[in-house]
Amino acid sequence: MALPKHKKSKSKRDKRRTHQKLTAPNVVSCPQCGDPKLPHHICPSCGTYKGRTLIETD
Amino acid sequence: MRHQKGGVKLNRTSSHRKAMFRNMVTSLFENGQVKTTDAKAKELRRWADQMITLAKRGDLHARRQAMAVIRNKQVVHKLFEAANERFGEINGGYTRITKIGMRKGDAAPISLVDFVGGDEVEKGEKGSWLSRFTALGKAKADKEAKPAAPAKEAAPVEEAPVAEAVEAAPAEEAPAEEEAPAEEEAPAEEEAPAEEEAPAEEEAAEEEAPAEEEEKAKE
Ligand SMILES: [Zn+2]
Repeated sequence: MALPKHKKSKSKRDKRRTHQKLTAPNVVSCPQCGDPKLPHHICPSCGTYKGRTLIETD
Repeated sequence: MRHQKGGVKLNRTSSHRKAMFRNMVTSLFENGQVKTTDAKAKELRRWADQMITLAKRGDLHARRQAMAVIRNKQVVHKLFEAANERFGEINGGYTRITKIGMRKGDAAPISLVDFVGGDEVEKGEKGSWLSRFTALGKAKADKEAKPAAPAKEAAPVEEAPVAEAVEAAPAEEAPAEEEAPAEEEAPAEEEAPAEEEAPAEEEAAEEEAPAEEEEKAKE
Protein backbone atom coordinates (compact mmCIF):
# COMPACT_ATOMS: atom_id res chain seq x y z
CA MET A 1 0.00 0.00 0.00
CA ALA A 2 1.15 3.51 -0.76
CA LEU A 3 2.09 5.33 2.40
CA PRO A 4 3.47 8.83 3.00
CA LYS A 5 7.21 8.69 3.46
CA HIS A 6 7.47 11.89 5.49
CA LYS A 7 5.38 13.83 7.93
CA LYS A 8 4.12 17.12 6.39
CA SER A 9 5.86 20.02 8.06
CA LYS A 10 3.99 22.67 9.98
CA SER A 11 4.85 25.05 7.21
CA LYS A 12 3.33 22.80 4.52
CA ARG A 13 0.22 22.30 6.65
CA ASP A 14 -0.18 26.01 7.26
CA LYS A 15 0.40 26.90 3.61
CA ARG A 16 -2.32 24.44 2.64
CA ARG A 17 -4.67 26.26 4.98
CA THR A 18 -4.02 29.75 3.63
CA HIS A 19 -7.02 29.37 1.31
CA GLN A 20 -9.41 28.50 4.14
CA LYS A 21 -10.90 31.78 5.14
CA LEU A 22 -14.20 33.18 6.22
CA THR A 23 -15.87 35.99 4.33
CA ALA A 24 -17.46 38.79 6.26
CA PRO A 25 -21.24 38.99 5.84
CA ASN A 26 -22.43 41.90 3.76
CA VAL A 27 -24.00 44.35 6.17
CA VAL A 28 -26.08 47.37 5.27
CA SER A 29 -27.57 49.99 7.52
CA CYS A 30 -31.32 49.92 8.10
CA PRO A 31 -33.13 52.77 6.32
CA GLN A 32 -35.55 52.98 9.28
CA CYS A 33 -33.30 52.97 12.32
CA GLY A 34 -29.76 53.01 10.91
CA ASP A 35 -28.67 49.87 12.73
CA PRO A 36 -26.67 47.27 10.81
CA LYS A 37 -28.70 44.52 9.16
CA LEU A 38 -28.41 41.90 6.43
CA PRO A 39 -29.56 43.02 3.00
CA HIS A 40 -33.02 41.73 1.96
CA HIS A 41 -33.73 40.78 5.56
CA ILE A 42 -36.02 42.16 8.25
CA CYS A 43 -34.10 44.55 10.50
CA PRO A 44 -33.45 42.75 13.80
CA SER A 45 -33.46 45.93 15.84
CA CYS A 46 -36.63 47.64 14.61
CA GLY A 47 -38.44 44.71 12.94
CA THR A 48 -39.21 46.51 9.69
CA TYR A 49 -38.67 45.64 6.07
CA LYS A 50 -39.45 48.03 3.23
CA GLY A 51 -41.34 50.31 5.58
CA ARG A 52 -43.57 47.60 7.07
CA THR A 53 -43.22 46.51 10.67
CA LEU A 54 -43.29 42.73 10.49
CA ILE A 55 -42.00 41.48 13.83
CA GLU A 56 -42.23 42.98 17.25
CA THR A 57 -38.97 43.98 18.87
CA ASP A 58 -38.51 45.39 22.34
CA MET B 1 -36.45 16.57 -18.29
CA ARG B 2 -37.72 18.02 -15.09
CA HIS B 3 -41.37 17.51 -15.87
CA GLN B 4 -43.87 16.94 -13.07
CA LYS B 5 -41.39 17.83 -10.37
CA GLY B 6 -43.07 20.69 -8.60
CA GLY B 7 -42.75 20.89 -4.87
CA VAL B 8 -40.05 19.86 -2.44
CA LYS B 9 -39.61 16.63 -0.49
CA LEU B 10 -37.81 18.01 2.56
CA ASN B 11 -36.51 14.55 3.51
CA ARG B 12 -39.97 13.48 4.61
CA THR B 13 -42.42 10.81 3.60
CA SER B 14 -45.43 12.10 1.75
CA SER B 15 -47.68 11.54 4.76
CA HIS B 16 -45.29 13.39 7.04
CA ARG B 17 -45.01 16.23 4.55
CA LYS B 18 -48.74 16.47 4.07
CA ALA B 19 -49.43 16.46 7.80
CA MET B 20 -46.79 19.12 8.35
CA PHE B 21 -48.06 21.49 5.69
CA ARG B 22 -51.64 21.03 6.84
CA ASN B 23 -50.52 22.12 10.29
CA MET B 24 -48.57 25.02 8.87
CA VAL B 25 -51.28 26.33 6.56
CA THR B 26 -53.76 26.10 9.44
CA SER B 27 -51.44 28.10 11.66
CA LEU B 28 -50.89 30.62 8.90
CA PHE B 29 -54.60 31.30 8.55
CA GLU B 30 -55.11 31.34 12.30
CA ASN B 31 -52.34 33.80 13.04
CA GLY B 32 -51.81 35.63 9.78
CA GLN B 33 -48.10 34.97 9.80
CA VAL B 34 -45.74 32.06 10.31
CA LYS B 35 -42.00 31.88 10.90
CA THR B 36 -40.33 28.90 9.28
CA THR B 37 -37.32 27.89 7.23
CA ASP B 38 -36.96 29.37 3.77
CA ALA B 39 -37.57 26.06 2.02
CA LYS B 40 -40.76 25.32 3.92
CA ALA B 41 -41.92 28.90 3.50
CA LYS B 42 -41.63 28.67 -0.25
CA GLU B 43 -43.61 25.45 -0.34
CA LEU B 44 -46.18 26.82 2.07
CA ARG B 45 -47.11 29.50 -0.49
CA ARG B 46 -48.55 26.80 -2.75
CA TRP B 47 -50.80 25.51 0.01
CA ALA B 48 -51.95 28.93 1.18
CA ASP B 49 -52.67 30.23 -2.32
CA GLN B 50 -54.67 27.12 -3.08
CA MET B 51 -56.82 27.64 0.00
CA ILE B 52 -57.49 31.27 -0.89
CA THR B 53 -58.41 30.30 -4.43
CA LEU B 54 -60.91 27.82 -3.00
CA ALA B 55 -62.23 30.47 -0.62
CA LYS B 56 -62.74 32.92 -3.45
CA ARG B 57 -64.68 30.28 -5.40
CA GLY B 58 -66.75 29.92 -2.27
CA ASP B 59 -69.14 27.09 -3.21
CA LEU B 60 -69.90 24.09 -1.02
CA HIS B 61 -67.48 21.82 -2.84
CA ALA B 62 -64.67 24.33 -2.43
CA ARG B 63 -65.49 24.62 1.26
CA ARG B 64 -65.28 20.86 1.67
CA GLN B 65 -61.98 20.78 -0.20
CA ALA B 66 -60.61 23.44 2.13
CA MET B 67 -61.91 21.53 5.16
CA ALA B 68 -59.92 18.54 3.96
CA VAL B 69 -56.72 20.55 4.41
CA ILE B 70 -57.26 23.18 7.10
CA ARG B 71 -57.66 21.59 10.51
CA ASN B 72 -59.76 24.37 12.02
CA LYS B 73 -63.38 24.66 10.94
CA GLN B 74 -63.84 28.17 12.26
CA VAL B 75 -60.85 29.37 10.31
CA VAL B 76 -62.27 27.91 7.10
CA HIS B 77 -65.56 29.72 7.61
CA LYS B 78 -63.84 32.99 8.40
CA LEU B 79 -61.59 32.63 5.41
CA PHE B 80 -64.49 31.96 3.09
CA GLU B 81 -66.28 35.03 4.47
CA ALA B 82 -63.35 37.36 4.02
CA ALA B 83 -61.46 36.04 1.01
CA ASN B 84 -63.31 37.91 -1.74
CA GLU B 85 -63.23 41.19 0.09
CA ARG B 86 -59.57 40.88 0.90
CA PHE B 87 -58.12 39.11 -2.13
CA GLY B 88 -60.77 39.73 -4.78
CA GLU B 89 -58.63 42.09 -6.81
CA ILE B 90 -55.51 39.90 -6.79
CA ASN B 91 -55.05 36.87 -9.04
CA GLY B 92 -52.73 34.55 -7.14
CA GLY B 93 -49.62 35.38 -5.20
CA TYR B 94 -51.46 36.13 -2.00
CA THR B 95 -48.54 35.43 0.26
CA ARG B 96 -45.33 37.31 0.91
CA ILE B 97 -42.05 35.92 2.25
CA THR B 98 -39.62 38.13 4.11
CA LYS B 99 -36.28 36.81 5.33
CA ILE B 100 -35.59 37.11 9.02
CA GLY B 101 -32.08 35.67 9.40
CA MET B 102 -30.39 32.58 10.77
CA ARG B 103 -31.89 30.45 13.50
CA LYS B 104 -29.90 30.08 16.70
CA GLY B 105 -28.86 26.49 17.08
CA ASP B 106 -28.63 25.21 13.54
CA ALA B 107 -28.17 28.46 11.59
CA ALA B 108 -31.07 27.58 9.30
CA PRO B 109 -32.33 30.52 7.25
CA ILE B 110 -35.68 31.56 8.68
CA SER B 111 -38.30 33.69 7.00
CA LEU B 112 -41.70 35.09 7.75
CA VAL B 113 -44.75 34.20 5.66
CA ASP B 114 -47.71 36.57 5.66
CA PHE B 115 -50.37 37.89 3.30
CA VAL B 116 -50.10 40.70 0.80
CA GLY B 117 -52.45 43.64 1.11
CA GLY B 118 -54.14 44.52 4.35
CA ASP B 119 -51.32 46.95 5.13
CA GLU B 120 -53.89 49.37 6.43
CA VAL B 121 -54.67 46.84 9.16
CA GLU B 122 -52.71 47.70 12.26
CA LYS B 123 -50.18 44.95 12.80
CA GLY B 124 -49.79 45.55 16.51
CA GLU B 125 -53.36 44.62 17.27
CA LYS B 126 -53.98 41.20 18.72
CA GLY B 127 -56.39 38.71 17.28
CA SER B 128 -56.71 36.77 14.07
CA TRP B 129 -55.73 38.58 10.88
CA LEU B 130 -59.08 37.63 9.43
CA SER B 131 -61.05 39.03 12.33
CA ARG B 132 -58.92 42.14 12.11
CA PHE B 133 -59.68 42.27 8.44
CA THR B 134 -63.41 41.67 8.68
CA ALA B 135 -63.51 44.34 11.36
CA LEU B 136 -61.65 46.67 9.05
CA GLY B 137 -64.62 48.41 7.48
CA LYS B 138 -65.98 49.03 10.93
CA ALA B 139 -62.62 50.14 12.31
CA LYS B 140 -62.42 52.74 9.56
CA ALA B 141 -65.86 54.08 10.42
CA ASP B 142 -64.89 54.18 14.08
CA LYS B 143 -61.70 56.02 13.34
CA GLU B 144 -63.56 58.75 11.55
CA ALA B 145 -65.99 59.07 14.44
CA LYS B 146 -63.53 58.80 17.35
CA PRO B 147 -59.91 58.44 16.34
CA ALA B 148 -58.51 57.48 19.72
CA ALA B 149 -60.66 54.43 20.49
CA PRO B 150 -59.29 51.03 19.42
CA ALA B 151 -61.57 48.77 17.38
CA LYS B 152 -61.54 46.12 20.09
CA GLU B 153 -63.58 47.98 22.65
CA ALA B 154 -66.38 48.76 20.26
CA ALA B 155 -67.22 45.10 20.00
CA PRO B 156 -68.34 43.55 23.29
CA VAL B 157 -71.91 44.57 24.11
CA GLU B 158 -73.35 45.15 20.70
CA GLU B 159 -72.02 42.18 18.81
CA ALA B 160 -73.60 39.54 21.00
CA PRO B 161 -77.05 39.83 19.32
CA VAL B 162 -75.42 39.89 15.91
CA ALA B 163 -73.54 36.74 16.71
CA GLU B 164 -76.76 35.02 17.73
CA ALA B 165 -78.39 36.07 14.51
CA VAL B 166 -75.55 34.48 12.61
CA GLU B 167 -75.95 31.32 14.61
CA ALA B 168 -79.52 31.02 13.45
CA ALA B 169 -78.26 30.55 9.91
CA PRO B 170 -77.89 26.76 9.57
CA ALA B 171 -74.50 26.29 7.95
CA GLU B 172 -72.25 28.07 10.42
CA GLU B 173 -72.24 28.19 14.13
CA ALA B 174 -68.49 28.40 13.96
CA PRO B 175 -67.56 32.07 13.35
CA ALA B 176 -69.99 33.32 15.95
CA GLU B 177 -68.46 31.14 18.61
CA GLU B 178 -64.99 32.38 17.90
CA GLU B 179 -65.88 36.02 17.96
CA ALA B 180 -67.43 35.92 21.40
CA PRO B 181 -64.48 34.98 23.65
CA ALA B 182 -62.00 37.22 21.86
CA GLU B 183 -64.07 40.26 22.51
CA GLU B 184 -64.73 39.60 26.14
CA GLU B 185 -61.23 40.63 27.05
CA ALA B 186 -61.82 44.29 26.46
CA PRO B 187 -64.76 45.30 28.68
CA ALA B 188 -63.18 44.51 32.03
CA GLU B 189 -60.45 47.04 31.45
CA GLU B 190 -62.54 49.82 30.03
CA GLU B 191 -66.10 49.55 31.18
CA ALA B 192 -66.65 53.22 31.78
CA PRO B 193 -65.63 54.53 28.35
CA ALA B 194 -67.54 51.74 26.64
CA GLU B 195 -70.74 52.88 28.30
CA GLU B 196 -70.15 56.48 27.43
CA GLU B 197 -69.66 55.70 23.82
CA ALA B 198 -72.47 53.23 23.61
CA PRO B 199 -74.70 55.20 21.19
CA ALA B 200 -71.97 55.69 18.61
CA GLU B 201 -71.07 52.04 18.73
CA GLU B 202 -74.59 50.89 18.27
CA GLU B 203 -74.69 52.68 14.99
CA ALA B 204 -71.53 50.94 13.95
CA ALA B 205 -72.94 47.57 14.92
CA GLU B 206 -76.06 48.20 12.91
CA GLU B 207 -74.00 49.06 9.92
CA GLU B 208 -72.07 45.89 10.22
CA ALA B 209 -74.99 43.55 10.71
CA PRO B 210 -76.56 43.84 7.24
CA ALA B 211 -73.16 43.47 5.62
CA GLU B 212 -72.65 40.17 7.36
CA GLU B 213 -76.05 38.93 6.38
CA GLU B 214 -75.37 39.75 2.77
CA GLU B 215 -72.24 37.68 2.88
CA LYS B 216 -74.20 34.77 4.27
CA ALA B 217 -76.76 35.16 1.52
CA LYS B 218 -74.08 34.92 -1.14
CA GLU B 219 -72.94 31.57 0.17
ZN1 LIG C 1 -34.12 48.97 11.66
